[in-house]
Amino acid sequence: MKKFLSIGVTAAMALSMCACAAQAPAATEAPAGDDTPASEAAEDETEAPAADDGDLIKVGIINNDPNESGYRTANDNDMKATFTEENGYDASFFYSLKNDEQIAAAQQFIQDDVDYLLISAAGTSGWDSVLTDAQTAGIEVILFDRTIDADDSLYVASIVSDMYQEGLNSVNWLESQGLDEYKIIHIQGVMGSSAQIGRSQALDEMVEANDNWTLVTQQTAEWNAETAEQIVQAVIDSGEDFNVIYAENDDMAKGAVAALDKANISHGVDGDVIIMGYDCNQWALEEVLAGNWNFDQQCNPFQAAYIDEIIQNLEQGIEPAEKVIVMEEAGFDAKTITQDDVDKYGI
Amino acid sequence: MTKTGNSLTGKSLGAQILGLTRKQFFIPIAALLALVVFNLIADPSFFEIKMGQNSAGDPVLSGYLVTIFDNASELVILAIGMTLVTAASGGQDISVGAAIAIAGSVMLRILCGPDGKAAELQAPIIVAFIICCLVAMLFGAFNGALVSYFKIPPMVATLILFTAGRSIAAWINNNQLPIVNDISFSYYGNFFPGIPVPTPIFIAVACMIVIALVLKFTNLGLYSQTVGINPHAARLNGLNPEVIKLITYIILGLCVAVAGFIKVSRFSTINYSVIAKDIEMDAILAVALGGNSLGGGKFNMAASIMGAYVIQFLTTTLYKFNVVSSALPAYKAIVVIILVVLSAPIVREKISRAWKKTTSKSAKEVA
Repeated sequence: MKKFLSIGVTAAMALSMCACAAQAPAATEAPAGDDTPASEAAEDETEAPAADDGDLIKVGIINNDPNESGYRTANDNDMKATFTEENGYDASFFYSLKNDEQIAAAQQFIQDDVDYLLISAAGTSGWDSVLTDAQTAGIEVILFDRTIDADDSLYVASIVSDMYQEGLNSVNWLESQGLDEYKIIHIQGVMGSSAQIGRSQALDEMVEANDNWTLVTQQTAEWNAETAEQIVQAVIDSGEDFNVIYAENDDMAKGAVAALDKANISHGVDGDVIIMGYDCNQWALEEVLAGNWNFDQQCNPFQAAYIDEIIQNLEQGIEPAEKVIVMEEAGFDAKTITQDDVDKYGI
Repeated sequence: MTKTGNSLTGKSLGAQILGLTRKQFFIPIAALLALVVFNLIADPSFFEIKMGQNSAGDPVLSGYLVTIFDNASELVILAIGMTLVTAASGGQDISVGAAIAIAGSVMLRILCGPDGKAAELQAPIIVAFIICCLVAMLFGAFNGALVSYFKIPPMVATLILFTAGRSIAAWINNNQLPIVNDISFSYYGNFFPGIPVPTPIFIAVACMIVIALVLKFTNLGLYSQTVGINPHAARLNGLNPEVIKLITYIILGLCVAVAGFIKVSRFSTINYSVIAKDIEMDAILAVALGGNSLGGGKFNMAASIMGAYVIQFLTTTLYKFNVVSSALPAYKAIVVIILVVLSAPIVREKISRAWKKTTSKSAKEVA
């Protein structure tokens, strides 16, 4: 009996390792043979980048799980397309949604002596010591997409989306519609995520400041279309009146629209209810183009070009002018969007 | 149904009520009644059902009750499989949410083809559904084999798929988010044109009928309870506990496939990280609410199904009263604590003793 159990547990462990491997398929893209001379040399001349790998710049990229969302998938594809050998990079990828696993991976990349460490942190805290290690090893750290709670001397640059600015873009657009009364269903993302905080704050401030803006309901659907549908369904069943749905991502807007369709409430351009989403998924922009939705605000996942520029400058000894680089992000109105926008900005 | 020992004649009303509380059905019915009464007092319009039209011009029923029955469908179907698994293996499968992601992903992969954006269906829906069932049953068999042949505790065994499932689901579609553009696919998760009742309700009822027939005309129920109560005794009586356990996991796999089908059909697309999130906990809760022992053995299928509806009733009630949805799990937790404590044998014993004392006292006073 015990024997069986131990065999079983071993099998389970082996299997779960397979599972881990499946989660991080590209984690071992770095050619293993080059590591040994590099790490020996690293002890005394850490400042010399890319000496042993030909002229390739070695980067370690720590990202969230690409399955997390369409945003993340687009972000990961963008990274993979930019940091290629043709572009002079030797990139290794690590994916996890867990902060401690990411930190362990960062430690590993430091030991592998990468030249640059690119991090999209899962959590904001706990990064100080590993980033100090990176600094001592002469590795430049660039943060993308997410910020962390660490001294800003520990990284050279941080390329982020300003979620509050995104929120302001949307809310200002909504204000420009000039409705007599704004009765809003506010569907929030996972509470405490930076996207939720920024996007909610912008709306909350506007509702606070204007008497004709009211929140019919304010609920989190945790980025989930189905929960969003249930929330909107509950409002419809209660018979309360509303004319705006402000969803903090496209999936949730889609769920909300499904509930409206069931109840035959018209939405979009010339409809009774204004639909607003975030992230600019391709299918969402198509809905905007078709006039079923009114507005979609971009959350730009394409940081790779910015990072590439910073690295190329650093290679020539030019420090980035600003530590925090906020990406430009557009919003798309159903009245002005074109097919070109859908093709260019859709993720 | 459980025996109550209530057949003796001449029992007082108090004893009869006591007998009722001992019935397994008591817990879900009481919970449901409490919710119904609460809603009746707070707002009687809760129970209104209206006939309206959807945006395509077809007649549809709407109202909180319809929403509850509609949204509970997946949970009901999962509760059926989870009850069997619980009974036979004395543990729960916590990977059903991740397995739904896999089943849904397989379905969309077949319907949408490799690029994920095909304008028309690449295969008939029935073919996609059958393949999706096979895949889900295969994963069920994987869990079942770990539990039955390798004797790994069910929660540990299914933890593997729980962890890896959503990544596997994403891998099946190359990390793409496929979208079905054919409107006929969405009928299964919403409404068939002309039929005012949501399709998931029909699917759930069909599953209930099937499992009722299976339990009536096969020995599945008896065997899985036997194995759950005492696998050694079952073996001595000529049953193979391993095979029985494996079968229950495969049946759960089938339930997962059906639930996954409804889920992806609702929006004609999938989001690997959030689809059917935390549904495993609700499914387990449904089994517990039904008064079934989570340690295996005897079960009451109808009570589990009732439990699933109670959970959705609770969820919708909380939405109606604008309870912050991030606080929903906390409310569910409170319900679970109350129910689990109430259904614990020790507590029941004490309650019945206390009850006897008061009734015998009052009887003496009367005398």
